[in-house]
Amino acid sequence: MNNEAVLQAGAATLHVAGDHGEAHHHHKQSFITKYIFSQDHKTIGKQFLITGIIWALIGGFMSVLFRLQLGFPDTSFPWLSTVIGHWAKDGHITAEAYYSLTTIHGTVMIFFVLTGGLSGTFANFLIPLQIGARDMASPLMNMLSYWFFFTASVIMLSSFFVETGPFAGGWTAYPPLSALGDASPGSKTGMDLWLASLILFVVSQLLAGLNYISTVLNMRTKGMSMMRMPLSTWGVFLQAVLGVLSFPVLFAGFILLIFDRHFGTSFYLSDIYIQGVGALPHEGGNAILYQHLFWFLGHPEVYIVILPAMGIVSEVMSTNGRKPIFGYSAMVMSMFAIVVLAFLVWAHHMFVTGMNPFLGSIFVLLTLLIAVPSAIKVFNWLTTLWKGNLRFTPGMLFAIGFVSVFISGGLTGIYTGNSAIDIHIHDTYFIIAHFHLVMGVAAFFGMFCGVYHWFPKMYGRHMNNTLGYIHFWVTLVGAYLIFWPMHYEGLAGMPRRYYDYSSWESFKQFVELNRFISICVIITFAAQFLFLFNFFHSIFKGRKLTVKNPWKSNALEWTTPINVGHGNWPGEIPEVHRWPYDYSKDGHDFIPQTVPVGEEDNPLYTSAEFTGIKVEEEPAKAHKKAHA
Amino acid sequence: MSMFFTVAAFFLIVIVIFQIAKATEYVSVLKGEEQSFKQSNKVNGVLMIVFLILGLIGVYWCNKLLYPRMTFREGSASIEGEQVDKLFWITLILTGIVFFATQILLFWFAFRYQYKENRKAFYFPHNNTMEIIWTSVPTIVLLIMIVYGLRSWFLFTGDAPKGAMQIEVTGHQFGWEFRYPGEDGVFGKKYFKDIDPANSNTLGLIWQDNAALKQKADPATFDDIIISGTMYLVKNKPVELLINSQDVIHDVGLPQFRMKMDAVPGTPTRLWFTPKYTTEEMRKITGNPHYTYELACDQLCGNGHYSMRAVIEVVTQQEYDVIMAKQKPAYFRAFPDKDPSNQQPAAATDSTAAPGAATALRAAHDTAALALR
Repeated sequence: MNNEAVLQAGAATLHVAGDHGEAHHHHKQSFITKYIFSQDHKTIGKQFLITGIIWALIGGFMSVLFRLQLGFPDTSFPWLSTVIGHWAKDGHITAEAYYSLTTIHGTVMIFFVLTGGLSGTFANFLIPLQIGARDMASPLMNMLSYWFFFTASVIMLSSFFVETGPFAGGWTAYPPLSALGDASPGSKTGMDLWLASLILFVVSQLLAGLNYISTVLNMRTKGMSMMRMPLSTWGVFLQAVLGVLSFPVLFAGFILLIFDRHFGTSFYLSDIYIQGVGALPHEGGNAILYQHLFWFLGHPEVYIVILPAMGIVSEVMSTNGRKPIFGYSAMVMSMFAIVVLAFLVWAHHMFVTGMNPFLGSIFVLLTLLIAVPSAIKVFNWLTTLWKGNLRFTPGMLFAIGFVSVFISGGLTGIYTGNSAIDIHIHDTYFIIAHFHLVMGVAAFFGMFCGVYHWFPKMYGRHMNNTLGYIHFWVTLVGAYLIFWPMHYEGLAGMPRRYYDYSSWESFKQFVELNRFISICVIITFAAQFLFLFNFFHSIFKGRKLTVKNPWKSNALEWTTPINVGHGNWPGEIPEVHRWPYDYSKDGHDFIPQTVPVGEEDNPLYTSAEFTGIKVEEEPAKAHKKAHA
Repeated sequence: MSMFFTVAAFFLIVIVIFQIAKATEYVSVLKGEEQSFKQSNKVNGVLMIVFLILGLIGVYWCNKLLYPRMTFREGSASIEGEQVDKLFWITLILTGIVFFATQILLFWFAFRYQYKENRKAFYFPHNNTMEIIWTSVPTIVLLIMIVYGLRSWFLFTGDAPKGAMQIEVTGHQFGWEFRYPGEDGVFGKKYFKDIDPANSNTLGLIWQDNAALKQKADPATFDDIIISGTMYLVKNKPVELLINSQDVIHDVGLPQFRMKMDAVPGTPTRLWFTPKYTTEEMRKITGNPHYTYELACDQLCGNGHYSMRAVIEVVTQQEYDVIMAKQKPAYFRAFPDKDPSNQQPAAATDSTAAPGAATALRAAHDTAALALR
């Protein structure tokens, strides 16, 4: 308890150890309430993370399977038939399975991995720790949000085992294809399960989002004004605002789709004749209506994915650059601008639906303007690195990699957002390259960055650095080798979502390139096992943390003990006196947020004990000593 | 079995790398954490600059290899598409400058400012002048590009020039139907509940009175020509496509012409452009004897999406007239007894078919008109 006593003194309020924080800390917990139905935000964060990792593995493996088809359309893989049965005839993935795989790959990567796994993990884990709260505003709601997510996962997984297969109409699920079982077998039971799963997921996101927002607004510790919050907290807070305002619209869109599917309404359906079935009775609906409802979430969704990554990267880059993040308020304002503009750009996904050209022009204007806050952020990151003193931890490497892929993918947004160019590249591989770099790979890099950086806080152990380095370099090179050539395919007009290009005069020239990309996919996917091994091995066998603050960070989460209990701080919650980015200021390497202004040189606050860099004994040993 | 060995080998490699990495960790504990941190930091710093240089070489090499495969070397095959190309090049130059500048700075900074024990980082929290510059410059550049882009956008989405030929394009799982208005220049009415492929009415043209649907036969349908899978266009003649879908959303993708438009059931769309070269000319320009203009479905429409292909033949006006003269109105396929060429088989040679069909059409019109009265 000694270090805690100092910490409390540092908060300028003297305390007797064992005050109300203790009560929080020691209530009895069974295995089930501690690890399964836990209400501790840290455990829930880890649950989101591990579920996300499992989904990333499944989603990644799906991409390997469909890349096998694209790269080797003429080669037979007998083992495929062994693994996935009738989905692979004579060692070839069937078209039906191919479309299911691409659809579910997109759905789970975007929703389950990059929304649930990324923002779910870091919002839960970081918000209370970084703003100085004992837990979320409603721990129960928080727990429910995870279990809704888990149920959604199970339902999505179960759709693989229905006779007609999982949904196969693309992650955007445009009706009429998604509404009519006669149009595609995947739109039968598979689609019902897909909808049920995503509706539960929306519920999970709403429960979580409301919780994040109310926690950030109401539960900040003394002195933690909004403009003193770390950018990582800003990122997850603003993504929650986006999610809470846009997910309900998707929900409404899904409900109408369910009505069209099962109750004979015609919201999205009109004038349909299906070969072999005949004319359907629906008249007067509008298929484009769904696209408006979908993209009203769908576009904010990409910012829901990228904002937490941006926040994490800013925090990690500043900490390891030993330099304040450049333009903190510009960073916050640009995230605000992104949140506002994110609601006003959705129809740029629909330039070729025959929309009113004037309406289209408004969306061009707003879409290109949203590039400005992103540009500001990139310039600010570059200036943060300038004249820094950079420590390349694995987290830092992924932060730099994030900026690189975000630039590469972001710049192509200027092509796709300009409707006249978009007409040519819409729904081609150019789009695949664009969004995979800017919100797929970039968000994954943000996630890796966060995991490597906060793993010591999560598990009290270090991950292996060498594996982290190899993982980073292989993944960065792999990501570019996979997605860079796709720009060329897209500019040649090669459409996305094709099972086979060999009968197309214009596209069959890319056979070898597709093979090359597929090989890169397999290698890059394999490299992720290094991360997996590292992650799960380090949870149990990683090098133990000996100091509270291994990265010499200013942020509040590193003032908690190495192994944090429920309630986060054993004593009083520390008071905050400054922003979290006082690195290399006035000759001090770092000045934690808990140091009062003007007291930077006070030995009490510069001591290794206060700043969390004192080497501590392992709790087990200390325990033994106490007993002896 | 080979797969088993591949997987086994893969896991072996992972385990080996893993063990090596663990070993380095033990070594670092022995050597002192500080020392090993400095060493690995240096390695990563060097790798930053290596990645930058190899990356730039890779960009150049990739471009050299793949540029000829894009359609930009021969340029757009439509007159309007030239504007897409022009806008593309302008955007490429602007974003290219930003791309190289930022990527080089990023990796150069990472290399240059890697950890040195005695260096202090520069405390530089903000600078309003710099921030105002890099907010306003991108805004102005983007606004210019918006204005430039929207000029083309309004041209593409605006009205087709007068005298443009019209073709109705209908997508269905998984193919394309092209309807030409025929002699009278008018597309006859159609209705989706009249679609009846068994009786050759693939588009649902209203050929007959139907009391149940409260329909009267539309005589303008009698001369409409329907061609499946191939669209004939005339060089230098603007063409307006009237786009429909029968079942799910499809998309008329015309990569060589730089044009694209969704086909939405229940909501007709349109698209126009002017082909610049005939297919033959393009074969000479590209030196590829198999060069073909292709219409690709660009909106996922079901399991056969990838096979939803049509061929576009761009021909001269004379060739076009010859091709069209050979076509029979779809009406005659459904009602062979109304086909005049069936009544006088001897007259149906190539040279006389066209006028023959025309007279027959006129006759058919008259009967229909009578029927309506």
